[in-house]
Amino acid sequence: MPEGVYRCQYRDPSDSYELSNAVCAFVWILRMLNRYPLWKYLLVAFIVVLGAIYAAPNLYAPDPAIQISGQSSAMVIDDRVIKRVSSLLDKGGIKHFGEQATGANALIRFHSLEDQLAAKALLQRDKSMQESYVIALNQAATTPEWLRSMGASPMKLGLDLSGGVHFLLEVDTASAVAKRQDTNADELKAKWREGRVRYRGVSLNKEQVISARFDDEEERDKASSIAGKEFPNLTRLKEERDGKFYLLLSLNELAIREIEDYAVSQNLTTLRNRVNELGVSEPIVQRQGRNRIVVELPGVQDTAEAKRVIGKTANLEFRLEAESNALVSSKEYFEYRSEEDRQRFGGAYLEKKLIIGGVNVSGAKSSFDPETSQPQVNINLDSVGGTKMHRVTRNAVSRKMGVLFIEQKTRMEYSLNEDGEEVATPVQTEERRIISLATITTALGVQFRITGLESPAEASELALLLRAGALAAPMYFVQESTIGPSLGEENIELGKTSVMWGLGFVLVFMLVYYRVFGFAANLALAANMVLLVAVMSILGATLTLPGIAGIVLTVGMAVDANVLIFSRIREELKNGMPPQSAINSGFDRAFTTILDANITTLIVAIILYAIGSGPVKGFAVTLSIGILTSMFTAIMGTRSVVNLIYGGRRVEKLMI
Amino acid sequence: MSETSEKQITHVKVIDFMAYRKVATMLSALLLIVSIASLSINGLKFGLDFTGGTQLELAFESPANLNQLREQLASAGFEDAVVVYFGEETDVMVRLQQEATADLGDKVMEALRADGAKITLKQLEFVGPQVGEELRDDGGLGMLFALAVVMAYVAFRFQFKFSVGAVVALAHDVIIVLGFFSLLQLDFDLTVLAAVLAVIGYSLNDTIVVSDRIRENFRRVRESSSAEVINISLSETLGRTFVTSLTTLLVLIALFLVGGEIIHGFSIALIVGVVVGTYSSVYVAANVLMMMNINRQDLMEPIKEGEEFDELP
Repeated sequence: MPEGVYRCQYRDPSDSYELSNAVCAFVWILRMLNRYPLWKYLLVAFIVVLGAIYAAPNLYAPDPAIQISGQSSAMVIDDRVIKRVSSLLDKGGIKHFGEQATGANALIRFHSLEDQLAAKALLQRDKSMQESYVIALNQAATTPEWLRSMGASPMKLGLDLSGGVHFLLEVDTASAVAKRQDTNADELKAKWREGRVRYRGVSLNKEQVISARFDDEEERDKASSIAGKEFPNLTRLKEERDGKFYLLLSLNELAIREIEDYAVSQNLTTLRNRVNELGVSEPIVQRQGRNRIVVELPGVQDTAEAKRVIGKTANLEFRLEAESNALVSSKEYFEYRSEEDRQRFGGAYLEKKLIIGGVNVSGAKSSFDPETSQPQVNINLDSVGGTKMHRVTRNAVSRKMGVLFIEQKTRMEYSLNEDGEEVATPVQTEERRIISLATITTALGVQFRITGLESPAEASELALLLRAGALAAPMYFVQESTIGPSLGEENIELGKTSVMWGLGFVLVFMLVYYRVFGFAANLALAANMVLLVAVMSILGATLTLPGIAGIVLTVGMAVDANVLIFSRIREELKNGMPPQSAINSGFDRAFTTILDANITTLIVAIILYAIGSGPVKGFAVTLSIGILTSMFTAIMGTRSVVNLIYGGRRVEKLMI
Repeated sequence: MSETSEKQITHVKVIDFMAYRKVATMLSALLLIVSIASLSINGLKFGLDFTGGTQLELAFESPANLNQLREQLASAGFEDAVVVYFGEETDVMVRLQQEATADLGDKVMEALRADGAKITLKQLEFVGPQVGEELRDDGGLGMLFALAVVMAYVAFRFQFKFSVGAVVALAHDVIIVLGFFSLLQLDFDLTVLAAVLAVIGYSLNDTIVVSDRIRENFRRVRESSSAEVINISLSETLGRTFVTSLTTLLVLIALFLVGGEIIHGFSIALIVGVVVGTYSSVYVAANVLMMMNINRQDLMEPIKEGEEFDELP
């Protein structure tokens, strides 16, 4: 290529000439090179302003507050409640402001965290307050009205920043499946008796397969066809061993899934109710995967209490008391749960067959008998439970019915592994104890009551246990993390300083190294931060400490796009290209590289999101959003600034 | 190649990177051998997230006496409790690796408060053994999956040889970061896993930028050998490689210094990852291309995407 002649390329490849340096530069100017049309500048400005609006709520620090709601959802929380609380707080000398009642709950704001804690303690000391209201610590947003009216709200803080508890519970779906097979086996036997099929033995093995033994093939086939008709979700398998004929019945995958789903969703409901009892302002109770449930309680400080309420993993079984002449194989001995009863009566024999389980109990509450004013417990069953209960009790009037309370206890078992080291494995054990043994006076249905309780306290204890046991399947804690409120604040502080230092370093470096272009890149970087925060706020993403690390990392990597563009421009200048075309060519040629590099990083971020949990998810979210916003700001944003500075005029030398 | 002919091809000073490729191969091999050896002998010191266990972070009013705390815990039945200072002398970390039950934390607090000491619980972590195991499996699987997807993407956008180069470079970086954690027996927890995956993202970013330039130069520079084209490409991207690594390192150092304990492991993993990733995009990815005899013919098919994208910015 001869010296001083350049090829000026335009959008249309046919539109290219070989021209001298000066002419080429002149043509560029004529072509308004490096000038965006007005709408492009406006678009960039509009997006950045919009971002600023939606990011703005994060600048307003929330007020420490106390949220007051009723013990039952039927209670109306209005100004009267506020007045009462205000007078209590005034008496205690605690400054408060911004009281607000919505009907469902009330919010009272405080100037400091100390005041907030003192107020909570003060209100809880007041007996009548504590009995009728749930008093919870809260963070009241201080977003101005005009921002709220646009739907702008601050980012939610993760537990590591706000303090609180995170639990992961595993629902023991296997036991729900076992229970279902147990019931199936019983019902099968009943159906076979009805169909006059002679079976020899029915047992349930560890794999939850019902195995029935028959003397001859004909009986077995008859049994199989009945089973096939009545229990379509059981898979049947015929087998012959040692001259005996077996029928093996197992649940199919679909049926197992259904049972699991049911068990998990009932546990979810129960957990939500229990969490509401705790009075946490923004709890999260969510299913995770096939059989896990996540519970997050921001701001909770008394974790032991939270765990007591949530961790009451319990179940119920209603069984008839065994008659005195019953076979040993059909009855089981259980102790009373309460210490006092155990000492007085010891225990009782109950039938092995259960009438209904906790799964059928839909509610239980303590009250007083309107006629005798004696304490009692009212129990509600679901329709299936009601039918079963009726079927059994109509033939058992004047017999006694026992209620078993089943608790999961964890015990460590020590054993030696292959290397001869002692390893501890947690073993779940069940404790089954009688909480009530009462005489059946009439056939029971979906609603019945237990009377003859000694005190209101006993009645409310029983009702509590019944409610607690109304769970489809037991749950275990498999993960817990508690972050104290002070650590949360420390973490926010750490996050802020690291963002500040990280951003500061990069801004200074870019300005020194790329001068005017560095200034443009810095503006883009600032816009990127604003957009990143705005998008996270709009999406309702949760900010965690690793999430902040993601922001900091984004800052470091977001400038990469600009660095790529600027090095291209420098190269083109070195190659002797005039400034305007160097700018244009730098942006153009770096684009595909930037795109490829960012897409691959995005792929990794998405995978990270899919496999990660909690804080790591937060990191993946910030990283992905950061990649997308940085593409916009680093390319379009920087270009706008550069165009505004250099575009459309004659430039001798670029400050790069 | 004479000085003048080089000037026409590129205006940066070409450094003969490939002359040192044997040394680099040896260095990489050495690092990999040390890493793999350490990983297979020492293994990783998995943090609580992966092993399961219980960990408490406590704040005392006055400096805590660790021996006394250990005795208190031992008498309550926690003989194997690890009790260490965490930062200051008023902050203590208690770790129980083996036993893992949900109410353990409360019991530990009870035991420590037995003598009436005022203790604030700053953080409690309990991870059931089954959760840890799953995380380990998912983490490993996720990493392999990430590598596979990336390989496919690079093969689609560039060419098969490039994707081998990229993946070898990635595996190289990941193994060395893991080896670093294994050798120094640093805690490998969930945030470090996140960092390792971020290293994959970063290292890839670097490798792609270099590969992109190599592809461009193979099409543009017709009369040079493969080694020369690679040298030119590496030299041209060197400035950018340094600046990006520098800015990323700057923020990582900020994170490391002021980000607090929780993300210490995270920032260390990324610092090591960025340094190794920068090296590997120059010497591993390009080296693999050399070994696979990359040549002009491999890149002759014009790639259409580039033309559409030119319109966008």
